[in-house]
Amino acid sequence: MAIEVRIPTILRNLTDGAKAVEGEGSTLGELITDLDKRHPGLAERIVEDGKLRRFINVYLNDEDVRFLGGIDTVVSDGDTVTVLPAVAGGTR
Amino acid sequence: MRYDSLLDSLGGTPLVGLPGLSPSPGVRLWAKLEDRNPTGSIKDRVAFAMIEQAEKDGRLSPGCTILEPTSGNTGISLAMVAKVRGYRMVCVMPENTSAERRQLLEMWGAEIHFSAAEGGSNEAVRVAKQMAEDHPDWVMLYQYGNPANSRAHYETTGPELLADLPSITHFVAGLGTTGTLMGVGRYLREHRPDAQVVAAEPRYGELVYGLRNLDEGFVPELYDESVLTTRFSVPADAALRRTRELLTHEGIFAGISTGGALHAAMGVARKAEKAGERADIAFVIADAGWKYLSTGAYEGSLDEAAQRLDGQLWA
Repeated sequence: MAIEVRIPTILRNLTDGAKAVEGEGSTLGELITDLDKRHPGLAERIVEDGKLRRFINVYLNDEDVRFLGGIDTVVSDGDTVTVLPAVAGGTR
Repeated sequence: MRYDSLLDSLGGTPLVGLPGLSPSPGVRLWAKLEDRNPTGSIKDRVAFAMIEQAEKDGRLSPGCTILEPTSGNTGISLAMVAKVRGYRMVCVMPENTSAERRQLLEMWGAEIHFSAAEGGSNEAVRVAKQMAEDHPDWVMLYQYGNPANSRAHYETTGPELLADLPSITHFVAGLGTTGTLMGVGRYLREHRPDAQVVAAEPRYGELVYGLRNLDEGFVPELYDESVLTTRFSVPADAALRRTRELLTHEGIFAGISTGGALHAAMGVARKAEKAGERADIAFVIADAGWKYLSTGAYEGSLDEAAQRLDGQLWA
């Protein structure tokens, strides 16, 4: 078993168009590092200076990780992680 | 039970257990049936409180025009109270909301001004603010920033919940104006400091921009993040799936946003179960499913229903 990570349209150029990829790790940070080995450039688009980028939202089983442990949120096999851009082009 | 009028019967809604969906005897789910309000939604509490307050403050007197940006339920509640109390009601509503909501609004005599679908509720708010400027004599109660909104829940919904479920550990509700979560959340913080306050926010597809998604530019003035313990983002397919689970496992016919709240409630239930903790999780049935029949949410496969819902405001 692994952790499923759903990738938003704007980042699928880094996953050969795949909507979801799989990875491993005990924290969100480790998971992203693991994904970056197979999909170089992905980590940089999600993480900045060891923190989640401001305009990227990450959900663990649909729960906002900012309310959990951020990049240090504990993840485990069978979890689903969803990455979404925070600004989808809304009005101001 | 006997009341002097329909408005007097507001609130005091049942809290029912969900034995079919609760994961174990130690982790229980409870639904507050807010569809049992005069016009069939939780917004009756808000509409009534906002109008009462405006009357007390002298902002409203018979013959006045009420203006409100609303994607449905608040408008329906306000229209009913306005009709009974003798006010004219104008709603600003995104054009991509269900047909039933429009019919209900018109039934109680509200005038509807449609705002562009692309901007969602944000656009409706913007248009309503502009109209308020053009008509200084109109009264915009403005549910997103009116303290009477969250106060209604602080004074009624919260105390009702605690009286019915003194062992409450979690409260879960949809995040729109944020009034329910802020009001009930503050009340629980004072009486059950350890209770978790959990928001279920609708996640829309790429067809619908703006909306009430807090990250997309519009934060209701009522919102105070410190009241929340955590926040879930619920995609339409998950909300639909949960709405149908309520039907099949509990016999409850709820609206689609309720499926979103249930999804978050199931999420915290799963975590409590995993951690071996006792939990009494209350969530809000914001309205029943009648208004959403035309969306096709209750027929065919889940995939088909989710596709039909794409591009519509479902919460």
